[in-house]
Amino acid sequence: MMSGSMTDGTEMKTAASPSDCAIELRGIVKRFPGVVANDGINLKINRGEIHCLLGENGAGKTTLMRILYGLYQPDAGEILLTGVPTKIRSPKDALVHRIGMVHQHFRLVPTLTAAENIILGLDEGTGPFLNIRKVRAKINKIANAYGLAVDPQAKIWQLSVGQQQRVEIIKALYRDADILIMDEPTSVLTPQEVDQLFSTLRTLVDDGLTIIFITHKLDEVMEVSDRVTVLRKGKVVGTQLTSETDKPSLAKLMVGREVVFRVEKTPVHRGDKLLEVTELHALNDRGLPALRGMSFDLYEGEILGVAGVSGNGQKELAEVLTGLRHATRGRVMLAGKNVTNHSARKIAAAGVAHVPTERITMGTVPNMSIRENLVLKSYRYPPVSHGMFIDYRYAKQMAQQAMKEYQIIAPSDETAVKLLSGGNIQRLVLARELSGDPRLIVAAHPTYGLDVGATEQIRQILLQQRDRGAGILLISEDLEEVMTLSDRIMVMFQGGVMGIVDGAAAKIEEIGLMMAGEKQGVSASAQSTNAKVA
Amino acid sequence: MGWESWLISTFARALAYGTPLLLGTLGEIYAERSGVLNLGIEGMMIMGAYAAFVVTSKTGQPWLGVIVAAAVGGVFSLIHAFASITLKANQVVSGLALTMLGLGLAGVLGRSWVGLPLFTPLTRATVPGLSAIPIIGPGFFTRQCLLAYIAMLLVPIMWYILFHTRIGVTIRAVGEDPATADSLGVNVARVRYLCVVVGGIFAGIAGAYLSIYYRPAWTAGMTGGIGWIVIALTIFAFWNPVYGLVGSYFFAALYFLAYRMQMWVAPSILKAMPYVFAILILIFVSRGTLQKRMGAPAALTLPYTRGEE
Repeated sequence: MMSGSMTDGTEMKTAASPSDCAIELRGIVKRFPGVVANDGINLKINRGEIHCLLGENGAGKTTLMRILYGLYQPDAGEILLTGVPTKIRSPKDALVHRIGMVHQHFRLVPTLTAAENIILGLDEGTGPFLNIRKVRAKINKIANAYGLAVDPQAKIWQLSVGQQQRVEIIKALYRDADILIMDEPTSVLTPQEVDQLFSTLRTLVDDGLTIIFITHKLDEVMEVSDRVTVLRKGKVVGTQLTSETDKPSLAKLMVGREVVFRVEKTPVHRGDKLLEVTELHALNDRGLPALRGMSFDLYEGEILGVAGVSGNGQKELAEVLTGLRHATRGRVMLAGKNVTNHSARKIAAAGVAHVPTERITMGTVPNMSIRENLVLKSYRYPPVSHGMFIDYRYAKQMAQQAMKEYQIIAPSDETAVKLLSGGNIQRLVLARELSGDPRLIVAAHPTYGLDVGATEQIRQILLQQRDRGAGILLISEDLEEVMTLSDRIMVMFQGGVMGIVDGAAAKIEEIGLMMAGEKQGVSASAQSTNAKVA
Repeated sequence: MGWESWLISTFARALAYGTPLLLGTLGEIYAERSGVLNLGIEGMMIMGAYAAFVVTSKTGQPWLGVIVAAAVGGVFSLIHAFASITLKANQVVSGLALTMLGLGLAGVLGRSWVGLPLFTPLTRATVPGLSAIPIIGPGFFTRQCLLAYIAMLLVPIMWYILFHTRIGVTIRAVGEDPATADSLGVNVARVRYLCVVVGGIFAGIAGAYLSIYYRPAWTAGMTGGIGWIVIALTIFAFWNPVYGLVGSYFFAALYFLAYRMQMWVAPSILKAMPYVFAILILIFVSRGTLQKRMGAPAALTLPYTRGEE
């Protein structure tokens, strides 16, 4: 078999030339208990290109790249680097072969400085001693060459997410990587930071690097890549030149069917004022100010989207509104009643539903069954319970109905929640939270990590709730989601409101500037100066 | 008694009693910085104390006793390392087991040594030059055990290694975020083994100091809870060797003062004072660390398995 592939004439004809091919993956198979994550993947990456790996969550993109980076061992198949079969047993092996990876969740030690993170694990021939001045000089040289400004002496936890990503890229370049794997690099960035990242990537490619860019966003594929490979359910469904394809056909490949991009939305019917937040202050887990005087209103029958780079107080806002965090100052009025710092149970009883960010740790009890999770809020009251006893037969009926209505797919209502997929868990959370028709729904990242199908469905559910008359506070880092669903968009920056704009008229540039800390209105004049800088 | 001599004797006693605390704390700081909580300090210390006493009695060579104690402490710590790093057992349980095992084993083995005098304890030394400084000189640098000076010297060395060398960066990274360290080719298990063994060696030496210098005799349970104070001091020190020195001497001074004040205050209250103080410090420190990110290494007590995050 080995000799066959070595002398395979047809293979040679299809590739431009063997030296142009930086990486070739042949028949890669990786199984996890119950899933085939990669099912016989063949892929060729040319030297000096930006190659996008496109696919839904769970399509096997990250698994494939982890195999290439030595974090997983494939069950079958082989990796060829510039035509030579190579075993990559560990990340260290990958680094030896000059492969670098920027993970979706950064691999940085928060309490170490940027410089310390960059040199971690390296042997630069100075034994145990560090020539920190030389290290810093090399970092600055890389930073200047590729527009990756970062302070080497800053501790990672003090840096913004965008800066942390730059540290990650420098880390790979410091190790002389000439193949760079970027795993969903834009999910945490502002639009401006995305632009900056893309220009950095282009400079890198001009210098001869090869970049593999994992994403599920079609816009990014079109903007940044030279070629694109689409993965679906662990298989390659096509590789195309980006210039010869378009978004709808890529989407069709990715999902396996036509996708409606526009969510059908009825015009807004604003009701009475539902939520009135005045000068709200709160601290984060470290005791530092997270909310600094937020004020806004939310009406019945509208979706108020909250945009912002993560870590600007969105999490704390959701927690204060649902009674999980103490407000240090300010007032929260729900339908004319003061509910500031009421307990979570009281607030829930007042008709506030919470779809939390962490659907597994906060939204459900993973070891308990679907049925038990579904009655977690209503178990205290009849008809689910009578005195101290729970009517399990009633709960079972209720659970089975909810499973049907919300399409929660599981062997039975007694299945433990931890065995469900992300989409099923999220539908379960919605089923529980939306039962009893809440007046206010605080939804944090409701579609995060879900595939296109599940995302569509959950967005539809939220819109139905809005049309029913519920007020929805939609917190999301997915700007596209905020812009498609919201009737109004509020932008948060460092715990304050930068501005509230009309959803239909909102421009992405304007929102981007507010996400970076420009107050609404100031942005018009700032935009011209910004244009000069860019 | 004049305040000067009072101060000098406080300093001298603080150094004498603080040295085993300091040695133990330095070792535990390294173990915990790498992510392994070792509650077995007391057990390793008493095994070191026992080994040092026996070797010194038989050979008349106290320094040989110190070396053997270090080796015994290091080997004994391997039990905890194996259980918690390789077998990924609960570190609290494994550490407690080590303490109980050490106390029990040393108690049984040492039965025939109880009450025997030691003819060749570690000798005292005076540092030329430094001992001439008023108050500090006679307090800290006159007629102390050589080990006390060595421990003092180790502080800047251990601090420098931890915060300014490649080794230190690796240790801290492994204790904070082993997955990241692993992804950069660091051998997490090896770093942790080394740090735990360093902790064991230091605890062993601290034990030797007790049995062949501080109280040159063997009694069962002679470490008297020092190993537990070390655990508290490690936290008090923010996992930093320099604060470890401050904490060790300060605690030892309090311990000594408790004796001195028996004339005025009920002795039982005074005896509790250092421990009450330790609890207060822990409460205070825990509140402070939340805000300043100076807290425990993030991966402390968490075993590491590749691919599980």
